[in-house]
Amino acid sequence: MDFKYILLMRHELLLLLVALIILMVDLFTSDKKKFRLIKFSLLLFTIATLVGFIPVKPGVLFGGAFQGNALTDFFKDILNVAVLIVFLQSDGYLKKIENTGKTGEFFVLIILTLLGMDFMVSSGDFLTFFIGLETASIPVAGLVAFDRFKSRSAEAGVKLILLSALSSGVLLFGISLIYGATGSIYFSDIAKHVTASPLIILGFIFFLSGMGFKISLVPFHLWTADVYEGAPINITAYLSVVSKGAAVFILTIILYKVFKNVTDLWETSLYVLAVLTMTVGNLFALRQDNIKRFLAFSSIAQAGFIMVGIMGTGSLGMTSVVYFILIYVFTNLGAFGVASAISSASGVETISGYNGLYSTNPRLSLIMMLALFSLAGIPPIAGFFGKFFLFTSAGSQGYFILILIGVLNATISLYYYLGVVKAMFINKSDTPIPYFRSSNFMRLSLLLCVAGLFSIGFIGGIFEYIMSISHLLF
Amino acid sequence: MTNFSYVILIPLIPLTVFLVTGLLGMKWKPLVSGVIGTVGLGISFFLSLFAAYQYFFATASAGGYHTIIPVNMLWLSFTSTLQIHMGVLLDPISVMMLVVVTTISFMAHIYSLGYMKGEKGFQRYYAFLSLFTFSMLGVVLSTNIFQMYIFWELVGASSFLLIGFYYDKPSAVAAAKKAFIVTRFADLGFLIGILILSFYTGTFDFSKLMQPGTSLFAGITGVSFLGISGITWAMTLIFMGAAGKSAMFPLHIWLPDAMEGPTPVSALIHAATMVVAGVFLVARMFPIYHFHAPDVLIFIGYVGGFTSLFAAIIAMTQFDIKRVLAYSTLSQIGYMMVALGVSGYGGEAGLGYTAGMFHLFTHAMFKALLFLGAGSIIHTVHSNLMKDMGSLRKYMPITHITFLAASLAISGIPPFAGFFSKDEILTAAFHANKLLFYVEYITAGITSFYIFRLYFNIFWGKDTNYEHKPHESPLNMVIPMIFLALGATFGGFIPFHDLVTSNMKPFADKLNILVSLPSVAIGLVGIAAAWILYKKENDLSDRIAKSLGVLYISTFHKFYIDELYLFVTKKIIFNGIARPIAWFDSKIVDGFMIGIGTVTMKISYKIKGLQSGELQQYAFVFIAGTIILALFLLYTLGFH
Repeated sequence: MDFKYILLMRHELLLLLVALIILMVDLFTSDKKKFRLIKFSLLLFTIATLVGFIPVKPGVLFGGAFQGNALTDFFKDILNVAVLIVFLQSDGYLKKIENTGKTGEFFVLIILTLLGMDFMVSSGDFLTFFIGLETASIPVAGLVAFDRFKSRSAEAGVKLILLSALSSGVLLFGISLIYGATGSIYFSDIAKHVTASPLIILGFIFFLSGMGFKISLVPFHLWTADVYEGAPINITAYLSVVSKGAAVFILTIILYKVFKNVTDLWETSLYVLAVLTMTVGNLFALRQDNIKRFLAFSSIAQAGFIMVGIMGTGSLGMTSVVYFILIYVFTNLGAFGVASAISSASGVETISGYNGLYSTNPRLSLIMMLALFSLAGIPPIAGFFGKFFLFTSAGSQGYFILILIGVLNATISLYYYLGVVKAMFINKSDTPIPYFRSSNFMRLSLLLCVAGLFSIGFIGGIFEYIMSISHLLF
Repeated sequence: MTNFSYVILIPLIPLTVFLVTGLLGMKWKPLVSGVIGTVGLGISFFLSLFAAYQYFFATASAGGYHTIIPVNMLWLSFTSTLQIHMGVLLDPISVMMLVVVTTISFMAHIYSLGYMKGEKGFQRYYAFLSLFTFSMLGVVLSTNIFQMYIFWELVGASSFLLIGFYYDKPSAVAAAKKAFIVTRFADLGFLIGILILSFYTGTFDFSKLMQPGTSLFAGITGVSFLGISGITWAMTLIFMGAAGKSAMFPLHIWLPDAMEGPTPVSALIHAATMVVAGVFLVARMFPIYHFHAPDVLIFIGYVGGFTSLFAAIIAMTQFDIKRVLAYSTLSQIGYMMVALGVSGYGGEAGLGYTAGMFHLFTHAMFKALLFLGAGSIIHTVHSNLMKDMGSLRKYMPITHITFLAASLAISGIPPFAGFFSKDEILTAAFHANKLLFYVEYITAGITSFYIFRLYFNIFWGKDTNYEHKPHESPLNMVIPMIFLALGATFGGFIPFHDLVTSNMKPFADKLNILVSLPSVAIGLVGIAAAWILYKKENDLSDRIAKSLGVLYISTFHKFYIDELYLFVTKKIIFNGIARPIAWFDSKIVDGFMIGIGTVTMKISYKIKGLQSGELQQYAFVFIAGTIILALFLLYTLGFH
């Protein structure tokens, strides 16, 4: 294995390096100077993100266990950018007096979960996949319980680790059944031997419900609201965008590559899950007042829409999913960013608390409105294009009824997204959140999100680029 | 060939104005934003007139007009064949709409300088107005359905902002939300229609789809779903979008409520531009409807016919002057839909198409004028209700005269503009579909009745005790009204059959005496009925109040006739027909839409118990879900 091959793993190696450096520096920094760690870590991570953009020839490592190509690289870059935005937004949270001591841990834990996700994204067999998945899951529980003296946060952490263990168990059981039926753990080998036998079906369903847990598909979603609500808001943002995005990506790859000969099998199950997820997610989102729970259910519904796009199969399906996730990163992080800015400035985390926000903080309200309109899929904001291509992808396989259900759900969702807009712009409040100036990092992150919201839909080249790199996979 | 690429400036100027006033407006004096917006739109307006002049008179050739696409940029490319462009398309209807939109918007801009003076959020108002104009121009100029859809939604969003402008009024906010959600609901049909159409034809471009005899439709006519062909589905769904924006029954429920917005907004959005977007859409896709989905076209005609009669009847019962005008708008748009529905393609068979576009044009003039007039009255009386008005002709002479001109135009009295366009619609219907002809004929009578009921109640009748004396509106409100009055009076003399036709070739059109005489007659009957009922009635009550006795006895007999009229109209027609229809409208149609919302909320409440917070239950649901899914799959895949 020469140097060229190591370059294939540059994302992972860099993350490991960054995590180790932060860990070491953290060790030798006194508690009073910990706040300096924020800028230092941000700098390191930005460098790692930028280096990730350098193109490298595709290749395979460890006999096929690790795959690197333009699409996985592109996706890891998306994840890096998303995490960078989360880091920028965490500035206010980490500067709070009770958190400064934990700054190093915050960065290290997130970077380590990201490392797991990168391995998962690049995996070429079920073993690498599972190890990556677990590396990505376990530190997350620690992050969720980061406010360890708040009972809700601690409770959420315990819930997550227990349920996560359950789902991993089921998932592993599914993988072992598939191994039993086909005699291999390599994606390319399994694909050749997979048939619609009862054993494979059972294995597949266990695998799917395990993944459904990570992506929070209904009925495997019940942990989502409690955990999202209990976790610090920046971690919630991270969970809803980065964790979910990575899981969706690898699920799509496995469905398209490993189970390509039994499309009936997964299309039937995804059909059901997509309808359930969109509908139930929407129905719950209708009556939430806590902004984190609200965004949790909204992100469940969004996952349902992604499932609709996966039904498209082939490069169009892959492209629409990756494109949607790219847009979703900027959209959801925009919404969470505003929520986080408000939360760290005033502690308000309820929608009714947002009443009259426009009169005091017009710019934040506008950004929130843009993000929510994007989630609702109103053109010309990027979210519309994301949804449009998801539906087009499903339409190319003739799933018009499913699209109809999807579009109906999108219309219902408009109702609750507008509800938040209404609170900010229209409802009056005697005690609106007073004007505040968010930190420069927060401003930068919101600027990035807004730029993404406007540009991704209108720069036609992005979709074409994703199309061209997903084409290579098929 | 003339170079038309400057046309792109027409929408770009309002966009720039929106960005500038939206971002910097807060820092200026309110008036500055208003003036910038008005001047910007003025430039767009003159550019549009110039473009129309060039298009219609400088490029004309013996073979009629051609579709010109001066600007078309590649934007997204799906595959090598399915690509999406952003551009500018000029053909007779888009050039005509360009003129309509910029004219009315320019007038609304000037008018608002006076009407909205001193309102909170004056800058915001002008920013939204520019945004709306930009999006509407985008719809009009689109070169493909996808681009049109983007702007279509933008129009919806910006009208949401404008209707909800008085955000401290809960009813305005509710109305804005209702308008947005109902039209979004309709748009989901539109979107699916676009997807089906483009999936089978492989293109979004109007210029490709519009060619008569193209082979693009071979695939889509072949497939069928539930026994109905793919193209019929697609075109019906697209019409659903059109019906939502144009407020056709039963998707009309948002329009009357939308009157909560500022009155110039009603004039711009709910009379002249956004609500006719649906008509424009049908006209834009007319060749497809005509050649590939003729059944849908007939359906459109009937929907239009029903809406026009239904809305006209309701308009008779309303007391809020803006609501009367709102229902009147519904009714008139119904006329346009009927015209398109009965139209053929090419030459005189295409009279309906020309008539529909003609009516769209004249209606924009006189209905915008009616709204501006109403605004002028509301501005000085501070009420929307007819009972708070009366005898205003003494105080507001210009408003009075212009309102009268518009009323005569909508009633179809020659030589006012409405006469020519309505007459053409009736002629087209007369030749194509007798039932629709009679419906529209009766509607014409009702129209002149309700509009003159409004007119007499406002400008004649008793002198209401005004808190402060009504006065004529300021110059910046009066000038747009005078300008539009000229349009409403002389607009009918524009030879539309030479300019805007279904196949872009001029044809000879002549007045059909057999249709026009009875139609003028029924218009006059309507006016007379309103005159007897509303002018005299109030006169009488006045005089009775002053001098009981001699006068009372001398007019007793007449009074008796009035009573009879009142009995017939108010007791029988109003209570027997109009009230139930109005009730049906507010309870059943509205109720149904609200019901969907309520049911959704109920279900949402019922399933709340699932989210208990208990770990054991979550685990149980997880496992149970897995098992059920596994059983379901095993069953559907045949292992049982």
